[in-house]
Amino acid sequence: MANNRRPEIGSTIAIQKPVFNIILRRLQENGYQIIGPRVKNETLVYGSIENMDELPYGYITEQKAGAFRLIQADHKHYFDAIPGAQSWKQFLFPPCVDLFTLRKNGNGWEISNSKLDSPSYAFIGVRACELAAIQIQDNIFMRPDFADPTYRERRQRVFIVSVNCLAPAGTCFCASMGNGPRVKDGYDLNLTELDDVFLLTVGSELARSLLDGIEYEDASAFMLTTAERSIERAAQQMGRTLDTNDLPELVLKNLDSPHWKEIGERCLSCGNCTQVCPTCFCWDAVDQMSLDGKTTSRTRVWDSCFNPGYSYLAGGNTRPTISSRYRQWLSHKLGTWKEQYGTLGCVGCGRCITWCPAEIDLTEEIAALRKETR
Amino acid sequence: MAALQTTAISISQTNHLLEPNWAEITAITNETSDVSTYWLKFVDPSMQAGYSFKPGQFNMIYVPGFGESAISISSDSEDRDKIGHTIRFVGNVTRAISRLKIGDIVGLRGPFGSPWPVQEMEGKDIFIACGGIGLPPLRPVIYHIMHHREKYGKVTLLYGARTSGDLMYPTEYDEWRKADIDAQITVDRGDANWSGRVGVVPMWFYQFRLDARNTAVLTCGPEIMIRFVIYEALARRIPLENIFVSLERNMKCGQGSCGHCQLGPYFVCKDGPVFRFDALQPYFNVEEF
Amino acid sequence: MSSHKPTVAVHKFSSCDGCQLSILNMEDELLDLASAIDIAYFLEATRAEKPGPYDIAIVEGSITTPHEMERIKEIRSESKTLVALGTCATAGGIQALRNFANADDLASIVYAHPDYLHFLKTATPISEHVSVDLELWGCPVNKAQVIEVIVALLNHRKPNIPPYSVCMECKQRGTICVLVDKGIPCLGPATQAGCGAICPANGRGCYGCFGPYREGNPKSLSTTLQNIERYPGETARLFRGISGYAPSFRKTADAISANVKEAK
Repeated sequence: MANNRRPEIGSTIAIQKPVFNIILRRLQENGYQIIGPRVKNETLVYGSIENMDELPYGYITEQKAGAFRLIQADHKHYFDAIPGAQSWKQFLFPPCVDLFTLRKNGNGWEISNSKLDSPSYAFIGVRACELAAIQIQDNIFMRPDFADPTYRERRQRVFIVSVNCLAPAGTCFCASMGNGPRVKDGYDLNLTELDDVFLLTVGSELARSLLDGIEYEDASAFMLTTAERSIERAAQQMGRTLDTNDLPELVLKNLDSPHWKEIGERCLSCGNCTQVCPTCFCWDAVDQMSLDGKTTSRTRVWDSCFNPGYSYLAGGNTRPTISSRYRQWLSHKLGTWKEQYGTLGCVGCGRCITWCPAEIDLTEEIAALRKETR
Repeated sequence: MAALQTTAISISQTNHLLEPNWAEITAITNETSDVSTYWLKFVDPSMQAGYSFKPGQFNMIYVPGFGESAISISSDSEDRDKIGHTIRFVGNVTRAISRLKIGDIVGLRGPFGSPWPVQEMEGKDIFIACGGIGLPPLRPVIYHIMHHREKYGKVTLLYGARTSGDLMYPTEYDEWRKADIDAQITVDRGDANWSGRVGVVPMWFYQFRLDARNTAVLTCGPEIMIRFVIYEALARRIPLENIFVSLERNMKCGQGSCGHCQLGPYFVCKDGPVFRFDALQPYFNVEEF
Repeated sequence: MSSHKPTVAVHKFSSCDGCQLSILNMEDELLDLASAIDIAYFLEATRAEKPGPYDIAIVEGSITTPHEMERIKEIRSESKTLVALGTCATAGGIQALRNFANADDLASIVYAHPDYLHFLKTATPISEHVSVDLELWGCPVNKAQVIEVIVALLNHRKPNIPPYSVCMECKQRGTICVLVDKGIPCLGPATQAGCGAICPANGRGCYGCFGPYREGNPKSLSTTLQNIERYPGETARLFRGISGYAPSFRKTADAISANVKEAK
């Protein structure tokens, strides 16, 4: 089955699953650090992997509001476990980045900027919702008028192997958001996992070159049809739906709704939703000064609109109540984001639902808001 | 391999996030008991020569170990030799600034934000209503008008402070008046040192005739004052598009990236701090927004 | 920084000494610390004593005896700045469990001759007795935060003590939420950060030793926790732990108990 022809960009090939290890090895040979889903402490994380054996083969995840379980199931798939709390955000927009260190020098300060270099990451198993989230963060961190150097440095070297989702979880609603389960664009390789083979759609020249000389066949009509059907079935199996027809207007017209106060009773203001959200981008900068006051280092850290210091001003807090903070978060995600960046800020991954200890579900809150305003 | 393109996006830009430029404190003017103006000049002369700002814009001033604070520029935008910041000592960073001396070095990034529409207002009457620390971001407008007085109609400044001791720039009012700017000063509470108006800014509106078709209203100060100034302006049929407001929010980056200063769809640091009121109106009466 | 080295006194009240040990554990920073401040009184570290007044008093422990009530007032009067160090000093600590019971009964269980004891019926935070300038929570405190407080005091600024929840620290270090992932009761969402989220990182729930997250919602968290209790009354017990006497945790535990009684 060896094939000496390089597959064209846009074409879909079929490989035996173990052949994927050759692609991973070639990525490593090209200096990529492979990041993928893996099982750690009996749960699902994103971390470095060496080969396919470290992928969550045979696992699924069960997700509902406020609960996540990783379960060993009876299937032979590598990519059926829908991701957990972690997202690719932590690699492109790391939770903590050293910006620079200053040393006192007479009246002034000597600066040494931290090196921007990061590994070249190859992300394996990026879901359609996650790819949409990366594209949303591209809009935020790589604006034409301002690019965040730490993000840009990481982002421009990422190799993306995306995956069409075939077994969505209980809190998934990417179909409602128009992002999935089918991957649209922005990948180097897009993978669909059938029982016996991986289908790979080629998205970039680099991906093409990695496939040089590997054993593959062109995807047959049967394989393509099977893949299509599986994706369509997955679209029907979303655990949640969100009606986006009247968004963002629904939210923006109801900023005074009493419903926000009701959510404020339940919301913990813990910030979990913002930290697991793959599009949330707020950050803070903090200084750390040495005991002698002669050295100080500045660090960029993840922040959250639920944190008390977030909107703090000398005159007081702009958003002093939990309900005002929840409203800020949701009206940004599903409201004002559109005016800022041209899309909604939610991709339908469901993380904020799963990882909210208080089981707050934005799809339900939007439905409730809609019902109230009728 | 390097020559091959991935789907990743490339943008060429090579600065470091939040990297400050250094500026020296060349003079300090004490304004009130807790407000001073710090005059800064970039240490690098070419940077000073290349720096310009528009009235209403702000800088991020950085005191290493303490943090950065957004401070509006209160000096003359046509004076390219120095940059003035009138600072009230209320937070961690501003209190640290209060302990600095002439010759000390601070970090400076900027200018950021939207300016007052000084060009667009040419030919119009201008009514400036501000309170307390709301005057400093408007002083560059006053200087601009003084430089180009013939381009503007009737110009009025209605400025209020808590007490006479809290008034900013009292020694300049006469110069402004000489330049045909009707500077009207009021204090919330009178005292032995004060023989002028007593009462909050919006209260005095009734004494001024505003040509509704041809007046721009500029306001900055405590949010409650801004609110009433706008009510008064609207009651005088000033169109929303001719009312301009400068807002204050918690800011960390100045570049619309960190998220802190959001107000509805706006990043106040990037889309503001100066807003035309029609843009703000949908969010203006939403509490805690 | 002024040329005169500020004098610092470290005082101990009812406590396990663990917070003082956190200061002594600063091996890497101790030399710098000694050159930045003048340690005038610190019995755990040195017998040398310099008389007050002191610029900074660091107070560990809670007030549990009549004698301690007097002593804290003296310390306050001879200190410019008073820092309450650790959860005993800020909320009464674990010994404040007696506040929810009868202290005499407890004493008679523990001691053969309780009549020799002179103790108060309650263990209370320093702030119930004198004004406190700064509270640093933790059982024990995080030594990096102790340094930050000292650096901040030396430089006349507010210390950078994160005012948010422990959840933020879990997420920043990549810990997967034990509450959501494993159903382990965890006070993290209602607890102030600062510890670095150690317990969840080791597979345990947070037991709130850094005290209530001031803008948190312990009431709502108690509803969540009651749904996953491993034994009846676990949630109230969790809130009534090391920071149990802190007002918002106390109120939450009291409300749970009241509801349980009502249900019966």
